[in-house]
Amino acid sequence: MGRYSAFAVAREALRDHQGWTRAWDNPEPKNRYDVIIIGAGGHGLATAYYLGKNHGIRNVAILEKGWLGGGNTGRNTTIIRSNYLQDPSAAIYEKARSLYEDLSQDLNYNVMFSPRGVMMLAQTEHEVRGYKRTAHANALQGVSTEYIGPARVKQLCPIIETRGPRYPVLGALWQPRGGTARHDAVAWGYARKCSEMGMHVIQKCEVTGVRTEAGKVVGVTTSRSDIDCDKLGIVVAGHSGHVADMAGFRLPIESVALQALVSEPIKPCMDVVVMANTVHGYMSQSDKGEMVIGGGADGYNNYTQRGSFHHIEETVRALVETFPMISRLKMLRQWGGIVDMTGDRSPILSKTPVENVFINCGWGTGGFKAIPGSGWGMAELMATGNSPLTDAFGLDRFREGRFIDESVAAGVAH
Amino acid sequence: MLTLNCPYCGIDCDETELSPGGEAHLKRFGPGSTDEEFEGYLFMRENPRGVHFERWRHAYGCGKWFHAARDTVTLEVFGTYSAQVFEPPKEIKDAITAKRPEWSWREFS
Ligand SMILES: Cc1cc2nc3c(=O)[nH]c(=O)nc-3n(C[C@H](O)[C@H](O)[C@H](O)COP(=O)(O)OP(=O)(O)OC[C@H]3O[C@@H](n4cnc5c(N)ncnc54)[C@H](O)[C@@H]3O)c2cc1C
Ligand SMILES: [Zn+2]
Repeated sequence: MGRYSAFAVAREALRDHQGWTRAWDNPEPKNRYDVIIIGAGGHGLATAYYLGKNHGIRNVAILEKGWLGGGNTGRNTTIIRSNYLQDPSAAIYEKARSLYEDLSQDLNYNVMFSPRGVMMLAQTEHEVRGYKRTAHANALQGVSTEYIGPARVKQLCPIIETRGPRYPVLGALWQPRGGTARHDAVAWGYARKCSEMGMHVIQKCEVTGVRTEAGKVVGVTTSRSDIDCDKLGIVVAGHSGHVADMAGFRLPIESVALQALVSEPIKPCMDVVVMANTVHGYMSQSDKGEMVIGGGADGYNNYTQRGSFHHIEETVRALVETFPMISRLKMLRQWGGIVDMTGDRSPILSKTPVENVFINCGWGTGGFKAIPGSGWGMAELMATGNSPLTDAFGLDRFREGRFIDESVAAGVAH
Repeated sequence: MLTLNCPYCGIDCDETELSPGGEAHLKRFGPGSTDEEFEGYLFMRENPRGVHFERWRHAYGCGKWFHAARDTVTLEVFGTYSAQVFEPPKEIKDAITAKRPEWSWREFS
């Protein structure tokens, strides 16, 4: 697995691209690993990567029932921002955002991080006050955001209709260093580095049971073989309830389908990400020119990776008022992912009732942006038993009534 | 689109006519219960991949609450039934067993 560089591209150009090697190995599972991570989405892979990089733990397997990045990591609308309200959220999301800044260099893999700026529109008085409050909180947290007026909104994104009729744009919360990244590349980049460190990324290997002895994990059963481990990380997003059940505990999580859609590609017309929480929709333009639109989540539990059709209509109807030009666009594709929702809309990074079993879940509709920070904190938690990034996100917060309420900061699914 | 039959009106309703009300047959815990019981009642959920029981409200119809038994993977509906029961009636359990022989009624906490 050689280094990717301009020199390598030139060298391969001269020898008919015969020298490229596999980006990651495709190993058979061993009988035992120090650490097993279930789920090769962004969070599972990042956890493994920082276990190796920051803590020197490299006898690690990442087990994936499908293909890597085939879960929500490969299905999201790639918004990256850290303008949350509560201090623990600001810490972990801003850690993630700042790691994204040079992730391409760190992984030697182009994740196409594009800090084009994220704008959250205020379209009611209530939202104006809410976003001003968030901007003040962010200033104290060291997260760079600012509250801007409608003229600036129009200047940054001319295709927005700021004058109404129902929901005029009164202002916006603007995070200039927020943006997007290439979702698949984030999974692939981490997988390549994990493989390079000697870890085993094992695809088509579904975990079917968790084996414990005297309240302590000893290994897992899978669709391929039984594998032993000292520590287990469950990082399976929408399937968390199902896997936790195998380990014998329940979670405060409900799984629902969340949808997104993209339009036909058009010429560049917006170079920022815009979220409109009141009308419930958000949009950005991909490098290919498609308008990427985030849709609604189903109100009832399901595992269909499809979602209900009426949400598409609701989303598009809502966005047409704020972006009149999209009324002429044809929509190309629609898809869904199974997102893991907690009551306070904050994630769970925690020890569990089973000794040496750790869980990272509950990112719900907005965990892509958090992948590097979550992996960093989760690795520290698994290696040392606690982490300043994850301490507030323990499972016990529900019993203790110590919620990290982000239902307002994350008013729309993203 | 999910279609459920309202057991009170007897008509088939699209999901846009209904409000989902979450997991059914929860055992309620209040004052005097342990922290664990109260946490379980308020937050912990079965969230199953497969057979599931839910509360729904015929919001844009008769306005009444009812129960539904569904599969969360296939979206197949096994049946709907009255809200005034603590567990699914026999015909609903039988309908599920006919299609999911491995299924069994579990103890809800
Ligand atoms: C439509 C949509 C739009 C979104 N938009 C945004 C956005 O704009 N910004 C943002 O920050 N977030 C967004 N999100 C949320 C984000 O995608 C997720 O929070 C994040 O990708 C979760 O990553 P993960 O690694 O935890 O889970 P996943 O990527 O889902 O990975 C979990 C993996 O575990 C595997 N798995 C499950 N069960 C087993 C088993 N038994 N054995 C082995 N493997 C198993 C799955 O196959 C899967 O690959 C969006 C989500 C969706 C669905
Ligand atoms: Zn009715």
